[in-house]
Formats: sequence, C-alpha cells, structure tokens
Amino acid sequence: MDKIELIVCIKQVPLVSELPWDPKTKTLRREMAEGMMDPAAKHALEAALQIRKVMEEKAVAGKKKIRITVITMGPPMSEEVLREALAMGADSGVLLTDPRMAGADTLITSKILGAAIKKVRPDFDLVFCGSAASDSETGQVGPQLAEELDVPAAAYVERLDIENGHIRIQRLCDNFLETLEMDLPALVTIPPRTFFPRHVPLGGLQQSFEGGDVRTLLAADIALSPDLYAAKASPTKIVNVFSPTAEKENIRLRGAAKKVVEELFRRFEDRIGGAAGKDLKISDLKIPE
Amino acid sequence: MADKRNEIWVFGDYRNYFQNRVTLQLLARANAIAPAIDGLVCAVVLGHDVGEYVWEYGAHGADRIYVTDHPDLKTYSGDLYTHLMVKLAEEKRPEIILIGATDFGREFGPRVAKRLETGLTADCVGLEINRDGLLVQTAPGFGGNLLAEIVTPKARPQMATVRPGIFQEIPHDDDRKAEVIEIPLPPDIPRDRVRLLRCEYRPGRDQCLEDARVVICGGRGMGSKSKFKKLFELARLLNGEVGATRPVIYSRWADHEALVGQAGRQVKPRLLFSFGISGAIQHTAAVTDAEFIIAVNKNPHATMMKMADVAIAADANQVCTALIKELKRRLKSS
Ligand SMILES: Cc1cc2nc3c(=O)[nH]c(=O)nc-3n(C[C@H](O)[C@H](O)[C@H](O)COP(=O)(O)OP(=O)(O)OC[C@H]3O[C@@H](n4cnc5c(N)ncnc54)[C@H](O)[C@@H]3O)c2cc1C
Repeated sequence: MDKIELIVCIKQVPLVSELPWDPKTKTLRREMAEGMMDPAAKHALEAALQIRKVMEEKAVAGKKKIRITVITMGPPMSEEVLREALAMGADSGVLLTDPRMAGADTLITSKILGAAIKKVRPDFDLVFCGSAASDSETGQVGPQLAEELDVPAAAYVERLDIENGHIRIQRLCDNFLETLEMDLPALVTIPPRTFFPRHVPLGGLQQSFEGGDVRTLLAADIALSPDLYAAKASPTKIVNVFSPTAEKENIRLRGAAKKVVEELFRRFEDRIGGAAGKDLKISDLKIPE
Repeated sequence: MADKRNEIWVFGDYRNYFQNRVTLQLLARANAIAPAIDGLVCAVVLGHDVGEYVWEYGAHGADRIYVTDHPDLKTYSGDLYTHLMVKLAEEKRPEIILIGATDFGREFGPRVAKRLETGLTADCVGLEINRDGLLVQTAPGFGGNLLAEIVTPKARPQMATVRPGIFQEIPHDDDRKAEVIEIPLPPDIPRDRVRLLRCEYRPGRDQCLEDARVVICGGRGMGSKSKFKKLFELARLLNGEVGATRPVIYSRWADHEALVGQAGRQVKPRLLFSFGISGAIQHTAAVTDAEFIIAVNKNPHATMMKMADVAIAADANQVCTALIKELKRRLKSS
C-alpha cells in the first residue's frame, strides 16, 4: 500500500449549555441552534490524526501518502465543522447539503453518506465515525454505513493499529475486552473516551476558513435517487416531542440555609426518609416524665 | 396450519447476566403489547449450547422460540448474527423486532435494520401500541432532556433497541412452555469478516453509584476539597453515594470513579441531591432518570435548577452543613 485513504464522518450538533426547548410551544428553538462538532466525531477525527502520525513515522519517508477526508451532511452552516477539522489536521472536506437530504433518519443518512464516499473516495481504506452523536444519540449511522459500504466494522474502538492491509482493534463491549482484526477497507466507530481531541490553534482555524479544500455536493452530484429524498424515504416518523423535565413542578426555595433546610424537611421528610430507608420524623411522642 | 398471528420478536441477548436480564424485560413488554395486535411473542436465540436460555425464555413469557444452535456460533459475532437474523426475518416476516440496548445490541440492531431496509429507534424507554396498531417508540435525545415518540408507519418489521431496566420481567414460571423451532445453520453462511483474537471478561466495576437509592452529586460550586468532603458525611447519613462533575475530578476533590455523566456513570436514584452544579448536558444526561431532584445553586437560572423538583437558591456549602446538622438532630430524636 503506498497510499492510504482515511475518511471521518462528522456531525454538527447544537451547542447546548442550555436545552433549546421552548416549553410553551413545545418545540426546539431553532434560532438557538449554534453548532459545534459532535464530541464523539471529534474523538474519531483525533483517532484518524493519530493513526496517520504513527503510520507516517513507521513508513520510509515519503513512501506513503496518508490522506484524511472529512465528510458532513447537514445545513450549509455545517461547513464550520469541516473547517475546524481542517484546522485540526484533516486534508480536505466534503459538505453534503441539499434540502432533499433534510429530515433523513439513520437509514437514509447512511445511504447518502455511502453514496458520497463511493463518489469522492471509492478507494477508501478506513472510515471513522463517532460512536453516537450528542443530540439524537442513536449510534446507528456508523454500523449502517458499514452495511451500505459492505465492509466489516467494529464499534466502540479504543485502540487501533493498521498493518499490512488489515486493522487490529481493541474495544470494550458489554464487559468484554475484545481484540479484533479485520481486513481493509473497514469502518470503526469511536466513543468519546480515549482519543482526546487536540486543541485547535486559533491561527489555524482562521487559515482554514480562508483557504482549505472544502467542496460542496448537492443531491444531484451524488446522483441521489428521488426514492431517497430524505423526509419521504425515511422509514421512521417522529410523531411527538416533549420534555420530561419541563413537566416537573419545580418548587423554588430561597433564604438562609437553616430556614430552607427546615422547610425542606417539613415538606419532604417522607420522601427523603423513604429514599434513605430511615425514619426522619421528629417524634413528638416523647412525653416528659 | 400456519399461525397467522403477528410475530413480535425479542433477540436473545444472553452473553452475561445483565444482557440476559434485558432480554427477559423485553419478553415481558412484548407480552404486554401483544394483545393489541394479536401478537405472538417469539424469542430468537443464536449460539452454541444455548438450551438453558431457550428454557429460561420459555419460562419468562416467550410463546415460540427460534433457535440456531451450532459450534460455529459459540462466540458472539456481529457479522454472522446479522446474517442469520436477517435471513430468518425475511422468511418469517415478524411485525416487530425488539433488541436490548446493550453495546452489542446497539451495534447489531442497526445492521439488521439496514439490511431489512426498515426503521430502527435507538435506546427506547417506552413502547406502546397506538390506535392504528403501530408501535409507538419513545426515545430520548439531548441527554434525556427531550423524548421523541417515533413510529414506523410502512416499513416492516418495526424495530427498536430498548434500554435495560425500563420494563419489569415476568416472574419465572416452569409451567410456561414455548414451542421451540430449530433452525439449522444455513449452508451458505458467509465467512466472519471480523476475527476475534482475544476476549477477556472484565467484571463490571462496582455498581454502587448506579444502584444507589440516594445519590449526592457535587460540582465546582462546592468551592474546595475540604468543603466537598462534607458531601460524604451527608451521604453516610442518607445511606447514599457521592457523585461528582468533571471539574471536581480534575481538581482531585473526588476520584474518577465518582464521575457522573456522559464520560462517567449513569445514575437513577429515588433521590438526587445536586450541589453547585450548573447542569451541562454532559452531566445531566446521566441524571435524568432520578425520580426526585433537589438542586442547590447560587444561580437560580442554572439549568440544573430548572430540571429540579425542588430548587434551592442558596450557598451549596451552607445548605450541606445545615442538612447534616438537621439530619443528626432527627436521627437522634427517633
Ligand atoms: C466530551 C465531554 C464530556 C464530558 N463529560 C462529562 C461528564 O461525564 N460529567 C460531567 O460532569 N461533566 C462532563 N463534561 C464537562 C461538562 O461540560 C461541564 O463542564 C461540567 O459538568 C460542569 O461541572 P460543574 O457544574 O461542576 O461546574 P460549572 O459549570 O462551573 O458550574 C458550577 C455551578 O456552581 C454554582 N455555584 C458556584 N458557587 C456556588 C456556591 N457557593 N453555592 C452554590 N452554587 C454555586 C454556579 O452557579 C454554577 O452553576 C464533559 C465535557 C465534554 C466536552
């Protein structure tokens, strides 16, 4: 192998320090949807960067070309995460954006990503995905993309090595520490645990917004069949969204510590005592002698 | 005569005790929803020497069990299990397939759904049948702060992975017997593309925090290591366990074992105290299953305060001290 193609699939997710949930209208407040790179995907990119470094050091200088391509599907603003990925060290970015891709569930997303990979990097060696995105948390796109590309796959990968056309992996799966091996091409998903992402230098970030190899692909560019227009083709439909936390009573107490604690016990001593398995009632049966 | 009832399949995930428990929980849920769609509860068991599980699933509510028992299946394999499950589903056409949301299930389920060209809802915390006879799957997003109800109107089967610990299993009943249908290993089975070189069982770390009925979580707002220590005394008085946020771990006020959140542990106590915690989603994701939350924070607008049942706007350390004092007084008086 004198050339290795690594691909990282990245999702932009809402930056939520606050839940962008409007309890009145019972909808997500889209205007609050400032984006960030999904943490697991960022770890996946870091894994790719580290593997590239290791392989470059192992190879005779100049012999091997290892290229990292990052791909995202989303609204036009998702280009930001590609720029950030370039600043971290990826070589090029592909933005899949088209209203016809909006509303895709995981099945359709995996088909669109698969079509794009086959188009731009048909000779890919290894695809990296985050193990689960922080917004919808399905963790389904990685395994489904492996199916679409018809390659072997392993999820939750914590260590990996590429050697002579295959990849060796360590992962923790349901209390089993597994060492696995698969031939390339293959796909791995990376949890936000072991590959801690490097810091993006501000200068580099600026540079990647000015230059940087990012191309945009529309549905037509990957010859997306009308049968796959996302909103209609997706087999799952969301019928209702609600916030369980918004339905709590949210009793507010304030004031001096001693007073609020007294009030807390007055109102909730049964609940506190019940959970602790202790009787916290002040016994008023102590009759003076 | 062919049975025309709609089959509800539960994947037999038996590799360890915990995985096996969620399988039993799903059998129970399948039994609960079956009448609404004239359903027949089926388990699918793949592996080697699995007779014990076949018998157990029968006693826990499966009406019918499909079994492929073969030495080639003696270790769990995503590749082979996907192939076998898809082949069987194409032949038997179940209405619903339920899979425990274990690590294995969450890797295996998506691949089965993809090959069957159907929908899959991840990590469901609720399953109901609606008026149209569709499976309504309730799935969390944004760290459990939002729940979405999802249906698969047309594609079949309707598929879901389901979070462990949500449904109550049906007690073991030896008089319940399932019809067992043996499915021989097909001759054209593909080679496993993933080679398992080594597999070591790692006994789970202790589950004290996960299982605790009372959890006391402290964050950066506790102020210092010595103040944070008081939470341990409070925990002792309440038979609870202490959890912490990431800044607390970084400052070494508590061990990494105490980390609660996306990168740490998931808790589901009956009572959660939250002291000086802002409520970043990486933390709250792991506490939304708490039954009752009492939060203390100087800032009444903190997210943690908004998701609490009781939100106390005060100094965390002072409230902790007052709580300890009051508890001691009450425990002495009884
Ligand atoms: C990939 C990733 C994974 C992460 N995983 C985790 C995880 O698993 N677990 C986790 O916890 N975090 C995790 N984090 C970090 C998380 O985003 C937050 O930074 C963290 O939870 C904040 O902890 P905190 O609430 O203690 O601190 P802060 O956010 O600093 O909040 C401190 C709070 O204390 C209040 N306060 C201050 N002084 C007082 C006082 N005297 N009395 C009362 N209140 C006071 C303040 O009003 C504030 O609300 C992760 C982050 C990333 C990027």
